[in-house]
Amino acid sequence: MSHLTRRGLAAACLALSLSAIPASAADLELRFFYPIAVSGPITKLVDEMAAEFSKAHPGVTVKPIYAGDYVQTIGKALTAIKGGDVPDMAILLAADIITLTDEDAVVAMDDLATTAADKAWLAGFYPSFMENAKLGGKTWAVPYQRSTPVLYWNKEAFKEAGLDPDVAPRTWAEMRDFAKKLTVKDASGNVTRWGLEIPSDGNTSWLFTGLATANDVRLVNAEGTKTNFADPKVVEALTFFRDLSTVDGVQPKGLTSWGAAPRDFLEKKIAMIWTTTGNLSNIRKNASFPFGVGMLPAKAHFGAPTGGGNFYIFKGTSAERRKAAFEFVKWMTTPENSARWSIATGYVATSPAAWATDAMKAHVADFPQAAVARDQLQHAVSEITVHEGQRVMKVFNDNLQAALVETKTPETAMKDAQAEAERILAAYR
Amino acid sequence: MRAPSRSDMPETGRSFGPFRSPRLRTVEAWLLLLPSVVLFAAFTHLPFVRTFVDAFFSTPKGRRPSHFVGLDNWSDLAHDPIFWKVLINNTWYALGTIPLSVGIALVMALWVNGRIPGRGLLRMAYFTPTVLPMIAVADIWLFFYTPDYGLFDQIRGLFGFAATNRLGDPSSALVAVMVVAVWKEAGFFMIFYLAALQQIPPDLRDAAAIEGASRFAFFRRVIWPLLMPVTLFVLVNAVINAFRTVDHIFMMTGGGPDNATNLLLFRLYELGFKFWDQGQASALTVVLIAVLSTLALVQFLIAGRGVHYR
Amino acid sequence: MNRRTHPLVAAIETAFAWALGLAWLAPLLYAVWTAFHPPAFATRFDLGAPLTLENFHRAWEAAPFARYFLNTVVIVALIVASQIVLGTLAAFALARFTFRGRDLLFAVILLQLMIAPEILAVANYRTMKALGAVDTIWGIVLPYLTSAFGIFLLRQTFRTVPQDLEDAARIEGCGTLGVLWRVYVPAARPVHLAYGLVQASWHWNNFLWPLIITNSVENRPLTVGLSVFASVDQGIDWSVITAATLMTSAPLLLAFLVFQRRFVQSFMSAGLR
Repeated sequence: MSHLTRRGLAAACLALSLSAIPASAADLELRFFYPIAVSGPITKLVDEMAAEFSKAHPGVTVKPIYAGDYVQTIGKALTAIKGGDVPDMAILLAADIITLTDEDAVVAMDDLATTAADKAWLAGFYPSFMENAKLGGKTWAVPYQRSTPVLYWNKEAFKEAGLDPDVAPRTWAEMRDFAKKLTVKDASGNVTRWGLEIPSDGNTSWLFTGLATANDVRLVNAEGTKTNFADPKVVEALTFFRDLSTVDGVQPKGLTSWGAAPRDFLEKKIAMIWTTTGNLSNIRKNASFPFGVGMLPAKAHFGAPTGGGNFYIFKGTSAERRKAAFEFVKWMTTPENSARWSIATGYVATSPAAWATDAMKAHVADFPQAAVARDQLQHAVSEITVHEGQRVMKVFNDNLQAALVETKTPETAMKDAQAEAERILAAYR
Repeated sequence: MRAPSRSDMPETGRSFGPFRSPRLRTVEAWLLLLPSVVLFAAFTHLPFVRTFVDAFFSTPKGRRPSHFVGLDNWSDLAHDPIFWKVLINNTWYALGTIPLSVGIALVMALWVNGRIPGRGLLRMAYFTPTVLPMIAVADIWLFFYTPDYGLFDQIRGLFGFAATNRLGDPSSALVAVMVVAVWKEAGFFMIFYLAALQQIPPDLRDAAAIEGASRFAFFRRVIWPLLMPVTLFVLVNAVINAFRTVDHIFMMTGGGPDNATNLLLFRLYELGFKFWDQGQASALTVVLIAVLSTLALVQFLIAGRGVHYR
Repeated sequence: MNRRTHPLVAAIETAFAWALGLAWLAPLLYAVWTAFHPPAFATRFDLGAPLTLENFHRAWEAAPFARYFLNTVVIVALIVASQIVLGTLAAFALARFTFRGRDLLFAVILLQLMIAPEILAVANYRTMKALGAVDTIWGIVLPYLTSAFGIFLLRQTFRTVPQDLEDAARIEGCGTLGVLWRVYVPAARPVHLAYGLVQASWHWNNFLWPLIITNSVENRPLTVGLSVFASVDQGIDWSVITAATLMTSAPLLLAFLVFQRRFVQSFMSAGLR
């Protein structure tokens, strides 16, 4: 999830001591860098799966190394590589593909997938997840820890407002109209419940990609060398976003907090929020009211970003190690393991085959909201993936925020962002 | 007197105290200083020199090694609007947090130095922020500031006021993070003032009472001058902290909205450990150190006239 | 407070002092409330709310806190011990020896007061890499092993020790280290205590540099473990954060409660005038 990086430093490594299986002299010990920024259960699951793999593959052990959040993990992986201390594989941001290929740090998966079965496996993932796994005609990564934002709505609030509690807004106009009906004021004119919240602090660009895509515009080109921030359709999407608070009055003014958004929703202060599918289990566990999950509303068409991390295998190790790492990646993404991972964590299973497993079917039957993310994937695009990604993202986020808090008009903000991005990317064209 | 058998006492010229040979004293002094000097050199002075040199070289990337680029990093920095914004933010941050935290610390110390009911508990209350980790406390403050159901808005709500979004609004976000810094620091500075106040002899107060001086006059004419050295000391620390306390920025705003709460050290982290831009980060480090050194110099020059460390 | 203060004025002052105290205590009070109640009451203050230890359990499970505690204790002990020993040696030399370049050296050392190690993080990171100290406890402590602040404080103290005492000890046959140990160290005991406690609490809570320099659980301190809960991908869970905060600050809070009187007294006699 791209939001894992949103507070820069905010996250850190979290793990158990991992020396459960001592490697014998002949063993290959694969070092697996894992970005972890969410609490406990995930590291336990990763440890468990790594141990199971090692058991099933005598002679190979996988040692996960929890190195902090995504930004820290890639920094540490690249530092290690420059120091000649190459790790075998890592899960890093899907959007980091350009940085990793620029640094010539990773092996193409096509070079490792030699058999027909391997090739079929590699072709078996959702295309929207593969968007930023491919570059220059090659596949460099395998989708794994992926997510997408969805709209959560409070069915009780819908009923109170005279709306059908089982129908989510399908379009921007509907979303705004619903939100107007859902916004409640007390006698003195203070809002006691807002209709909508699209969190806007930190990495504003992620959710905004959902708006821009629905307005039929791509924010960057496929090569990651050119941004399209000043496009009138981008400005239009940003104006709509800003007007939700400043003109329509259905969303709190100023930047709204990503971190507090689930709580806002649970406290019934907000009737509809946009947030990641990663919040499903949290909201399901803590909501005192029935809630629905829907796709992000459409303008020209539906649209949403994907986020999160992919598997990468590093260059500079022996062919034997790379092959073992490749086996591990394949094992982790088998339909069964993919389903198991998705059910336990809330991340979106990355292949249709995973959704066809019995475990996943049972999960969806029990909790239909989980399938919304899958259905949205056909409309989803990769999050912003460019050269100097962190830097371009910062420029874009700063200007999006400036427009939302009305220190710049959407036109000026996007013109400024485009100019600065042009300057940064000039070296890559 | 003990037998002169100790190895540090040469047979001839058995000397002690001020009578020992100056050369031997010098050697001894340097031996005592050696570990500290080596550590300072390794982790403060040499890195500073190196940073200064790096500021004239490009950032190594992939297989492209670092090369001399003259003033490029500096002109990039000068043309970076965020740099200027951060510099201005930090100036306001310093101008706000330094006098407030030092002033509140002094008032706190005067209170808990007197015969106030519950003095021990109050001292403890004022000091708690020093003990709590900023990284975790920042999240608690985040709750205080949360619109609607956050602590401040719950209290305001009792009086019928509308919700506020202090961290999400560029006009109030910097003030909001400054409040946290003042909260964190005042209690720490209080301890220094309290210690100084306790050393003022009670007879002074009695003398003033007999003369019928008002409390304020007594404070201004007697106490305040006596507190000058400790004030200087606290001020130096407050200035450093105004450029150093950024943990809560990571947690509360990430520098936003649109860099409204971005400060020099936070920007340095972004450049150095997020963009891995060594050249720019080095140039910014030099600027930061130049600012701090200038402030230190000014303080010592101004204070040097009134205060003397023996 | 002055004896002649009007009772009403005194009462108002007390009220203000306590209002400020309450404000200063508020985050801790909130932490206690939230940590001991179920998450549903994290943002609601209802006297009937049930008590629970579940949050502590969840916090403890979420990260290897036992390891973090151990690391933090080791880091703090190393830093404080080293700063006191090395600071005492250096301060003694600067206070009681005359040699050429002494004042210049003192000024150069004082520069470190301004240039905190975190400001030089980029350069220091590379030094650590060259030393092979990235991701080690040594990597965390090395830049902090000596401190200009400590040297400055101790030098002040040492200069107040009467020269006669030193001369007497010399006549007794003490060497330089003997004089330091018998005369100066006892005089500096309150400073050592006050300074040691301040540094312990500072390094217990230090975050930025340990985060930058370490990668693995084996070497990370509590604060870095704490920041796990602060990452907000899944939304902020105040119940767990407050429980973790209380858990990790408990040793310092207890220490301050127990030593409060001695602590302030140490500062008093620390000679900070």
